[in-house]
Amino acid sequence: MKKLESDILGILQEDCRYSPAKIAVMLDKTEKEVADAIASMQARGVIVKYTAIVNDERLSDDIVQALIEVKVSPQKTSGFDAIAEEVYRFEEVKSCYLMRGGYDLAVFIEGKNLREVARFVAERLSTLDEVQSTATHFILKKYKIEGTITDTEDDNRIRISVHA
Amino acid sequence: MRNFVNRRSQELKPSGIRKFFDIVSEMKDAISLGVGEPDFITPWHIRNAAIKSIQRGYTQYTGNRGLPALRELIARYMSERFSVEYPAENIIVTVGASEGIDLVMRAVCDAGDEILVPDPSYVSYAPCVLLAGGVPVRVPCSQENAFILTPEALEKAITPRTKAIILPYPNNPTGGIMTKEQLEAVAPVFEKHDLLVVSDEIYAELTYGGKHVSVASLAGMRERTVVINGFSKAFAMTGWRIGFVCAPPELDKALFKIHQYAIMCAPSASQYAAVEALKDGFGDNFAVVESMREEYDRRRRFITNFFNETGLACFEPRGAFYVYPSTASLGMTGEEFANGLLRAEKVAVVPGDAFGEAGKYHVRCSYATSMANLDTATSRIAEYVKKCKG
Repeated sequence: MKKLESDILGILQEDCRYSPAKIAVMLDKTEKEVADAIASMQARGVIVKYTAIVNDERLSDDIVQALIEVKVSPQKTSGFDAIAEEVYRFEEVKSCYLMRGGYDLAVFIEGKNLREVARFVAERLSTLDEVQSTATHFILKKYKIEGTITDTEDDNRIRISVHA
Repeated sequence: MRNFVNRRSQELKPSGIRKFFDIVSEMKDAISLGVGEPDFITPWHIRNAAIKSIQRGYTQYTGNRGLPALRELIARYMSERFSVEYPAENIIVTVGASEGIDLVMRAVCDAGDEILVPDPSYVSYAPCVLLAGGVPVRVPCSQENAFILTPEALEKAITPRTKAIILPYPNNPTGGIMTKEQLEAVAPVFEKHDLLVVSDEIYAELTYGGKHVSVASLAGMRERTVVINGFSKAFAMTGWRIGFVCAPPELDKALFKIHQYAIMCAPSASQYAAVEALKDGFGDNFAVVESMREEYDRRRRFITNFFNETGLACFEPRGAFYVYPSTASLGMTGEEFANGLLRAEKVAVVPGDAFGEAGKYHVRCSYATSMANLDTATSRIAEYVKKCKG
């Protein structure tokens, strides 16, 4: 990837609210160069969406999140993609990755409570023909999300000083 | 009872802006652009190296000069990064670069010797000179000259008593640097008057748009130069108190004696951390330093641009992590501006004259703080400037 694009992504991934004008100043580029690069990345699907990182532990509503390891039998013509689509189309599925290793699909799901997650696995996932087995792991705590440590570290520095 | 405090200590001036700093410290909701250290935390692998050294029981004194392995790494670091060649035998690991400044002044000053100190510059130089019995002589630097030392300003300040000059570039508070050409212009003055050059290069890794040039890398200058550097700014290791001095053999011997008697050695855990910082750095061409530098660079462009657009002339700093805009266009001194800004908008900046008379119409703003903080702080400053312009 071009340096400009990776620099812009670095800034947007830190805070996607920065305007092209501000990013241009930071990177010593013109506003147009930055805006064009962002538009191009959007068009190419490099930038999928602008969103907020939520630490749901701090939310008052209880939710249950789980990682489900899914083993599937790939289909002759479409490989893993078709069965993956059957899985990720479900509303409850928040993320879905094809893996190499002990299992095939890593499926992150979210539900209001344990029962809801259990029902999803038992009634929706396990009943798919291609699904051979599942293993459900409940997420207890998120220490770091998308490169950001959830417990913000305090700034312990001396607030103002000339002796440094 | 007698006053037991000696005259030199009595005559040291307390920091004139203590009161201002106290207000800032208590104003918890103020955004501070007054912090003089990185906002990055020491990289985890460096912290871990120190923890491991403690777990393994490496908790004794090291040799007075510091761990041989560390000094070898420092020699290589100075050579590869800055083309400065001092053998490991002439390197002393110190308790921060601060110890280095004190050591050199104590080793160099005879009563009445004059030491040139650029104005503005870091606050500790002059007191260290005074405590060592020397006489600090200010050399004014100006925004028009990008805060560098010029041969003319030097010649004006030099007398038969002048013995050494402190060369503090990249500079705190101005962010000014001296290029190879600019150094080559003043080097003959140093030679002509047979001066020792005390080059404080603690911000050497933090330059923008060109690598730092050490005066010790110029032909014939190493023999009359002592380089002071450290890990605080480059590796975000301020609290570890670990630095080093590289000196020509004669001076090195004297520095070593003082260090040996006064300090023994730098803290062992910090030395092991420093070993890791350099070893890892050689492995990936100092990627950790580079990523911090790039982040500072973005903020630097942002805040320099802001001040110039707001009408507070700000020369483009090419080093360190400070900008030093002028408040003259508002008809205010830096101190008036800093006080007003703090009261009206709760943003703390440091009055420029804290670093010398030449900074009277300036303030120092540190961009060693998050972009989010800079964003809020600059909007508030803009509000305040609007009010001042009325």
